[in-house]
Amino acid sequence: MAEPLEPAGLTVDGSAVEWRRVSGRYLAIDLVGTAVLLVLLEAATVPLHLLELPFAWPASIAVLVLCAVIAGLTPRRVRAIGYLLREDDLVFRRGLLQRKYTAVPYGRMQLVDINRGPLARLAGLSELRLVTAAAATQVVIPGLPEADAEQLRDHLVAVAESRRAGL
Amino acid sequence: MSDPSGDGARSEGSRPIDWSPPSGQPFGAAGPVHGRADAGQPASASAPLVDVPTAAAAAARGLADGEWHRLHPATPLLKGGIALLAIIGVIIANLRERLVELFLPRSGGPEDPLDFAVRHGWLGWGVLAVLGVLLVLVLGYWLSWRMHSFRITDDVVEVRSGVVFRRNRRARLDRIQSINVARPLLARLLGASKLEINQAGQDANVNLEYLHRDPAIALRGEVLRLASGAASGPASPSTAAPGSALVDRAVHEFTAGEEGDEGESVVRIPVGRLLGSILLSGYTLFVVVSGIASFVGIAVFQEYVVLVAVLPALIAFAGVTASKLLRSLRYRIVPSRDGVRVSYGLASTTSETLPPGRVHSVQIVQPLLWRPVGWWQLQVNRASHSSAQGAAGQANTTLLPVGTTEDALAVLALLLPGLEAGLGRGLDGAASAAAGSSASASAGTEADADAGAGSGADSDAAAVRGRGLLELALLAPGGAPGFSASPRRAAWLRPFSWRRNGAHLGGSAVLLRKGAVWRSLTIVPLARVQSTAVRQGPVLRLLDLGVLQLHTVAGPVRPTLGAVDRAQLDADLARYAAAAVAATREETSDRWGRAPASARPVPAGSAGGSGASRGDATSPDLATSRTDAAGDERHDHERQDDERMGGAR
Repeated sequence: MAEPLEPAGLTVDGSAVEWRRVSGRYLAIDLVGTAVLLVLLEAATVPLHLLELPFAWPASIAVLVLCAVIAGLTPRRVRAIGYLLREDDLVFRRGLLQRKYTAVPYGRMQLVDINRGPLARLAGLSELRLVTAAAATQVVIPGLPEADAEQLRDHLVAVAESRRAGL
Repeated sequence: MSDPSGDGARSEGSRPIDWSPPSGQPFGAAGPVHGRADAGQPASASAPLVDVPTAAAAAARGLADGEWHRLHPATPLLKGGIALLAIIGVIIANLRERLVELFLPRSGGPEDPLDFAVRHGWLGWGVLAVLGVLLVLVLGYWLSWRMHSFRITDDVVEVRSGVVFRRNRRARLDRIQSINVARPLLARLLGASKLEINQAGQDANVNLEYLHRDPAIALRGEVLRLASGAASGPASPSTAAPGSALVDRAVHEFTAGEEGDEGESVVRIPVGRLLGSILLSGYTLFVVVSGIASFVGIAVFQEYVVLVAVLPALIAFAGVTASKLLRSLRYRIVPSRDGVRVSYGLASTTSETLPPGRVHSVQIVQPLLWRPVGWWQLQVNRASHSSAQGAAGQANTTLLPVGTTEDALAVLALLLPGLEAGLGRGLDGAASAAAGSSASASAGTEADADAGAGSGADSDAAAVRGRGLLELALLAPGGAPGFSASPRRAAWLRPFSWRRNGAHLGGSAVLLRKGAVWRSLTIVPLARVQSTAVRQGPVLRLLDLGVLQLHTVAGPVRPTLGAVDRAQLDADLARYAAAAVAATREETSDRWGRAPASARPVPAGSAGGSGASRGDATSPDLATSRTDAAGDERHDHERQDDERMGGAR
């Protein structure tokens, strides 16, 4: 297997890269989400058992294995999420199999959203979404502690203001 | 991942962020709306309303004098009038028989309601009712015209409309994306024009429909002048119609050329080429093939039922071709002081002005069928959504429906001035380094050899810079000098085009070359890039490749380059991101009429250490892309920010 994509030269103040990671509690939320998925999928296989179809057990086991694989990869996937606050732009990374690195100049941000789902609210986490004029930007930073998310938003708004550009 | 072992909770706590205090200011609400003191006040009912024709005869400021004006009196008729005429026509057509019967009564048969009315002497009431309905309609139209007014101040354009539901729309002039003067056939007959001021976003246009023709053109010039930020410009030439009578005006409308669109068109599209371009399309191929198939079917099976299926398609095809042709005739693209002006149309005309910096990305494409004749089409991404159709009946993102390589490059040079200057910069330097001291080896062939594709490039060093590079990028069958080359393994994903696949970062823009069958060259001005991304999925990882994405506003152009060498891509993100930030800093097109950055005083940066050097670097940006009133305040912001960041370091 070849080397994975790993952008070089993303320096902050000329020093080496240190990605800011999301909260460890986000891992728990993600795992709970996977558990919910497991329950739903297993519930879907119940009719197969009631009808006593021959592939009922294989289906249930396949679902279990699938969810176990997802859950097994979750810690690495959560660790793969990170962001950098550079001098003039924010670099966001996510994904293990589908790796993606996005650089958004501060001056290009049109607005910053904070979303909280029910699970995230229980854990006191928020999700930060950056919106630019391009729909393809799609930068969503999950698993930020609420206070951090709000501070980050205010910071982004402030730096975006100082570097504001047209469209 | 630089630190795969660090778990989330630890790194979250280990790096406290020196957040700035919350700023209550939303984006974009930076500066006070400066200018006229009364800009924010809705005009009182007693505000003077100047009718359009009188204003046309007035000063050069014309309609843009900050006062409220009304629209063309025929506006309601032009907007909903056609439907009304159609309804009246249907009613008359249906009643005609009855009316004839009324005056030539026949004996016998069941009695008609009209006859009944006449016999009982109710005819007068009937006529009165019809008149009453007409009166209400006319009154309604008159009221809607009367309540519809607009004004243009130094900073905003504002429209008030509606009788029952009042609407008030105000748009900032410095946010104009384009201005469109459209003249549908019926409006042209009445000497009216529609002025559409396009802003970024969905349903964000300010429509002034309809205006008299000459004031509309004068107003366009004035709005553009105000938007450009130029202190004062030459008054737009406004030639009054020779007569005020309706017929005279109509004659003037059709005999006079595109006024206000003077200047030689950069590109001419002969009718033959236009027709050829429409005929050489995939749709044509489909129609021809299905036509042949059906005729063969008829000949073999003697079944004429097939015709039922084919004939409508053929008729529709003829109709589409004719309308495309009609819309593209008289295509003109002219450089003007306020950007590029594209106009076209024979019966209904459209003339759209795109100020500088409003083009977010450009794509020059060549469908396979066009290759033998060497034609190209040019499309753009833009932030506004104009309601007007583009040339050739296509979306108005198609700025050049068909043209030769020369034409396409000429239009490109108009849309992105200064593009060619930056292209291939540093290219011959790198090439000469590779060539050592040998002066005989030219930059072109060197870089070509590096790219591993013998494209038979021009061996003149100048050929790989500026325009020459663009030509090579379009026409070279394999790799082009200066472009990154995809490795051989990319052939798994791009069996035909992997040699052409490449990117070039030159001066103010990124060039992406794609496609061997459907050739295309995408040009993205760096100052318009919203964000940059690199991506890699499992398949790409197996091949050690990746995808480069430049995000711009939505449109037909997707500036994405697939199957790029992974090692190359690793370096690309930082490179493109930095280039985009730097280009945005130097951007001045927001107020394109202003003096250039170098002519303005640049305050020295402050706040110690690295902050000072950064302040110097960013100051030109502040001096140029801001409005005057807000400039100083933002400098303060910037300095505070520098301090904050300095503290964080």
